[in-house]
Amino acid sequence: MNTPAIASAPAISNETRKSVVGQWLRTLGPFLGLAIVITIFAIISGNPARYLSIVNLRIVLTQTVIVALGAIGMTVIIISAGIDLSVGSVIALCGVASAIALRAGWSPWAALMAGIALGGLIGCINGLAITRLSVVPFIATLGMLGVARGLAKWAADQQTVNIPPTWLNQLAATFPAHAWMLMAPGVWITILLAIIAAFLLRNSVFGRRVFALGSNEAAARACGIHTDRLKLWIYSLGGLFFGLAGVVQMSRLRQGDPTVAAGVELDVIAAVVIGGGSLSGGQGSILGSMIGALTMAFLRNGCQLIGWPNYIQEIIIGVIIVLAVAADRLRSVKQK
Amino acid sequence: MILLELNGIRKSFGATRALAGVDFDVRPGEVHALVGENGAGKSTLMNILSGMLKPDAGSMRLLDREYHPAGPLEARRQGIAHIHQELSNCPHLSVAENILLGIEPARYGWLDWAALNRRALEILRDFHHPAIAPERRLQDLPIAARQIVEICRALAQNASLILMDEPTSSLQREDVERLFACIRRLRDAGIAIIYISHFLEEVREIADRFTVLRDGASVMSGSLQEATDAQIITAMVGRPVETLFPARRSSRTTERVLEVRRLSAPPAVRDATFELYRGEVLGVAGLIGSGRTRMLRSLLGLLPANTGEIIIGQELLPAGARRSKLDALMARGIGYLSEDRKGEGLALELSVADNTTITNLASCSRWGWLNRRSQTEQTETWIQKLRIKVRSAESPVANLSGGNQQKVAIARLLHQGARIVLMDEPTRGVDIGSKAHIYEAIAEMAAAGNSVLLVSSYLPELFGICDRIAVMVRGVLSPPRPVGEWTAETLMHTAIGAATPAPVEREFLQ
Repeated sequence: MNTPAIASAPAISNETRKSVVGQWLRTLGPFLGLAIVITIFAIISGNPARYLSIVNLRIVLTQTVIVALGAIGMTVIIISAGIDLSVGSVIALCGVASAIALRAGWSPWAALMAGIALGGLIGCINGLAITRLSVVPFIATLGMLGVARGLAKWAADQQTVNIPPTWLNQLAATFPAHAWMLMAPGVWITILLAIIAAFLLRNSVFGRRVFALGSNEAAARACGIHTDRLKLWIYSLGGLFFGLAGVVQMSRLRQGDPTVAAGVELDVIAAVVIGGGSLSGGQGSILGSMIGALTMAFLRNGCQLIGWPNYIQEIIIGVIIVLAVAADRLRSVKQK
Repeated sequence: MILLELNGIRKSFGATRALAGVDFDVRPGEVHALVGENGAGKSTLMNILSGMLKPDAGSMRLLDREYHPAGPLEARRQGIAHIHQELSNCPHLSVAENILLGIEPARYGWLDWAALNRRALEILRDFHHPAIAPERRLQDLPIAARQIVEICRALAQNASLILMDEPTSSLQREDVERLFACIRRLRDAGIAIIYISHFLEEVREIADRFTVLRDGASVMSGSLQEATDAQIITAMVGRPVETLFPARRSSRTTERVLEVRRLSAPPAVRDATFELYRGEVLGVAGLIGSGRTRMLRSLLGLLPANTGEIIIGQELLPAGARRSKLDALMARGIGYLSEDRKGEGLALELSVADNTTITNLASCSRWGWLNRRSQTEQTETWIQKLRIKVRSAESPVANLSGGNQQKVAIARLLHQGARIVLMDEPTRGVDIGSKAHIYEAIAEMAAAGNSVLLVSSYLPELFGICDRIAVMVRGVLSPPRPVGEWTAETLMHTAIGAATPAPVEREFLQ
């Protein structure tokens, strides 16, 4: 009676090697893409020493922070087979909110927390619309895109909100006040949060259930997972990251601007997708998304150094996104 | 000792009665087969047991206590696990995560990977499958191994009763052997299994007792050793043939209009070969999942076919070319009625007129411009002819009843002027009145010199309207035989794949 079980062994192990290679390709792919982008721009800029200089690296990293923070939250959402289109508006709204708090005399800490908490609240509202009203995430967050942008303009009275100088302004300073920090504090915060989020996704029950939800929602529900409650947490967590990105955005501009960050959601989604995330869920990694965000920042920076106009950057980034996803599709087809 | 006892379970969906009194019991450590024709109510019954549906009437007792699961979660907690026909697992997660999904070992919310893998390995080892590594991603495993993972998930929650809904439908023979070995081990460990299958030979191989469901009621129960195939089949089919069918004389000629040679789309379809004559209605019988629909779809190029030839009239078309094949076939007079009326048969939001004329817009357009009046007028003649109940030709199809929707789909075939019509379950979900109209339309098509290939799971309709019938069994199409050479029993025998139909049938008829 046991022979069939034993006989199944070789068939199973034969497929292992192929899938291990596929797994490596998936992980290495984003790195490879980043390396290619850096190499190409280092060459065509005609000045590789400048493009790869420490100073320029610090600039690129600082420019990455907002998209990278957003991409951490977005990775969790996309792995769960969801999407959040309201990121840009939420960044503007949370930036304005914490600027108003600072102007009203709140301490920098309180203003920071207010911005983050507001982001979480908006994520929670997105989650409620998705679970209670059964609106698909695309539409629910598309609605929030409009609502949050409108609220930001209303709260700021359609003007920028100027803020008193505090340490909060240093978050995105390319050359921090304390030289020993080497990089902007926002960069360090992003790295730290990325590590925590990666660990959460890999090793917590919550993280694994996010993967289960994105992989097969019906199966997750049949196994007794409260998928609605889980989604609420996922969108709220994503919102906290978008809120923090909003505060960093405000710190970078040194004012709360209700019109800022329009369209950032697309950069954030692109970073996740370039990093190996799949919009159909179940796939994605924080590391990949961070590489994706860096790739976009190096692209933008390279174009600026060469002096290409903005529209060229937009075209190149559009092409890169499609190529990244096409490469991923080819990989998964080959695996099958 | 009795594990589960069902008494008078009834369930209706609107006007449709799905279950009309089911009684049976299951003992610990037995494999209980639930057999019945398509639509007999087996799946509804499983959904009631697994807590997905609530019965309208009747009682269920589990280990001598009333059993009223509030939902699937509670059914699982009480030890009832349901393994669906289609696998339900998370391909991106590891084997261990899938086995313990929902009950992961964790400390303060952090997953204990070591304990997770250890526990999964214990379950796999207890189940004699230590070769499946708990760390492997599920999507890298073959289907059979995924099924074992799903069984292990049931074991991880200490199931005392496992419901298996046609578990072999997606398996190769050697995997079936493996599954049976698993089932025997479960049985020996005192776990009861309700095993749903169409295949009597399979049931005989694995089950101890059986219950036959027919039209939502349990009509026969007993030990498999004491029942003959003939008795079980009679219990499954035994229904009168209604007088639904038009009196028709065979209009079959000897002019061959379609010939299909060795059409293969493995593993679903193997070497299907048949000829269709002018004026003929050829029936294709078989169980759901036997490959009938996939044969039609690979013939039409909707599914990739590996090898085979299609000859229409004198013209030879190789199967396997995928792109724009359906166009080419339709241009040669082939019409297709999908079994999935709502999914792909009709555009529900569009009007009756749009749906009727869509495959032949040339009939009501000139230079690419549609003549709406001509479209409406032509549609109205079909509405009258097929007696479609609809307010106007402009009403959306979604407003129509199932039977009238199906008539619209048939009106489209007629309007298209198809000479070779392939129909897949044309009367599924259709009321009796519309059925009669549909049969009439089919008979008229044949009488007018067209040819119809009719795939159906409804035996009376095959006998009532076809000239010849072929049977599909696990992807193999039998040679068509004139309808007079079949009886309901021989047909079921062949469809179920029973070994020696003829002698048993003789015995039974006496």
